Amino acid sequence: MIWPSFLVNALLAGTAIAAAAGLVGYFMVLRAQVFTGDALSHVAFTGALAALALGVDERFGLFAATIGVGVALGVLGGRGRADDVVIGNVFAWILGLGVFFLTLYTTNNSAGNGNAGVNVLFGSIFGLNRSEAITAVVVAALIAAGMVTIARPLLFASIDNAVAAARGIPVRMLGYVFLALVGAAAAEASQAVGALLLLGLLAAPAGTAQRLTTRPYLALLISAGLAVGEMWAGLALSYTVPALPPSFAILAVATGGYALVLLSGGSRRRSRSPVPLPVDANASAPGMPTDGWPYE
Amino acid sequence: MILAAGPSWNPIIDLQQMWSFPFMVNAFRAGSIVAVLAGVMGWFMVLRRQSFAGHTLSLIGFPGAAGAVLIGVAASYGYFAFCLAGALVIAALPRAGPGGYSEESAVTGTVQAFALACGFLFIALYKGFLNGINSLLFGNFLGISAGQVTLLGVIAALSLAALAVIGRPLAFASIDPHVATARNVPVRALSVAFLVLLGAATAEASQITGTLLVFALLVMPAATAQALTARPGRALALTVTIGLVVTWLGLSVAYYTPFPVGFFVTSFAFAGYVAAQAVRHTRPRWRTASIEASPMPTGIAP
Repeated sequence: MIWPSFLVNALLAGTAIAAAAGLVGYFMVLRAQVFTGDALSHVAFTGALAALALGVDERFGLFAATIGVGVALGVLGGRGRADDVVIGNVFAWILGLGVFFLTLYTTNNSAGNGNAGVNVLFGSIFGLNRSEAITAVVVAALIAAGMVTIARPLLFASIDNAVAAARGIPVRMLGYVFLALVGAAAAEASQAVGALLLLGLLAAPAGTAQRLTTRPYLALLISAGLAVGEMWAGLALSYTVPALPPSFAILAVATGGYALVLLSGGSRRRSRSPVPLPVDANASAPGMPTDGWPYE
Repeated sequence: MILAAGPSWNPIIDLQQMWSFPFMVNAFRAGSIVAVLAGVMGWFMVLRRQSFAGHTLSLIGFPGAAGAVLIGVAASYGYFAFCLAGALVIAALPRAGPGGYSEESAVTGTVQAFALACGFLFIALYKGFLNGINSLLFGNFLGISAGQVTLLGVIAALSLAALAVIGRPLAFASIDPHVATARNVPVRALSVAFLVLLGAATAEASQITGTLLVFALLVMPAATAQALTARPGRALALTVTIGLVVTWLGLSVAYYTPFPVGFFVTSFAFAGYVAAQAVRHTRPRWRTASIEASPMPTGIAP
């Protein structure tokens, strides 16, 4: 069987993007920074549309916007961890700006692509060409390499910020680097599932992995592996059932997997023997991040 | 809106001209109702640090509306059904303890993205609706009928009346839940009631501002007011005032330019927020020493 080239491109880009999203997402969930990822998903929308409206490569706008805002959120919120009210205000405005660029783009290109806004919001992974797919793979590899490099100190800093700082780990700097990586991963993910849905690709595999094991490195691996598997399953589902858009299929598989683990693993988990490392996110370890979202 | 040649810069003439169109009058009425309701709800939301819950509720409206259109009923039913159900689900979830329960955020984020994906699926299944997607997401200030304004007004009045009844104990429970519990305030029931009211307010406002911009009206005026003053009554009044002013300004400016209302409303509100933060940080230290000493970084009244 000869696979159509759009499917090969989608699989190529999707695999790399999912792996990067799984790695970054694990730390995002561990550090309780899901709201930051949420904000970046809106930023991705505006960045891509701004680039389209100004006539430059859409991906340039994506990366510039998400990485820039990711770091800015950390700086604004202080201590490398953004505050939820600051984030809420920034992204509400950024979305308004996105609508502005959408109008600018659609009115300037009346003959052009009227669905540009929809594509940016909900993704068009089957529309990637070969060079776009290869760029996505290269960037995803860089993100994954960056994540692996800072994984150890970042894990320490995420679990006990104060002790890590006392041990001479540059906690603030790590926070900024991590937010920049989250930004890059968000830009990558929005090419696969769209700006509005990228949060699912970041959060669902990571949440599932945290449920399955309490060992941090294993969880990191599971998170990346799950993301890749869910991406493949979603692409296959969407290819065989054309009525389902690919971004919906990927999200549906990821959400389904998480729901399955949540429903089946709830009781088994509690009866297990004590964990070897105090990284169980459910154990309310002292020093876990408490500021910002969710509810105090 | 390219109807107008440009402002004459005489406010009376400009207003007369703008309000000679019934759709602008309806937009101003609906905008005012939504601004007041969202402002009051938003003030409690920011005080209770439930921004993420409010944001989730606003996103849940999108699949509701898209699904309603798919099965052939009015979008408003979809908004209300999904937002109210979403509020009850969030209320039923266990709340994070002081230790910080990061899993809950992963669940919420996943549910949010999945809800939006479902909305996208409904729209993809409902062929030919792709132009309507922008009005569901970014609102439609200009196609509001007089009947809709009446309905908005009734729902807003009911929600505000309910909030007025529970307002005092709710503020107490939001500021210090432990002391409130000790004083026999039904903290848990109040929390559920508030989330349901927030869901109703979000569903109502979404029909005008769209799913993605309703959050701006909820969070921005409230955060601005709470950065400026720590007194609850004053902050609440300021929130409503800011909400009304930015909505009116946004509608007026959008009338004379080709750009959407949502952009101007969010931009004016954000400018106000930035200005408030600047004022707060440059104010003489001796006046705000007690507020500045609070460990929370921004926007939270002590």
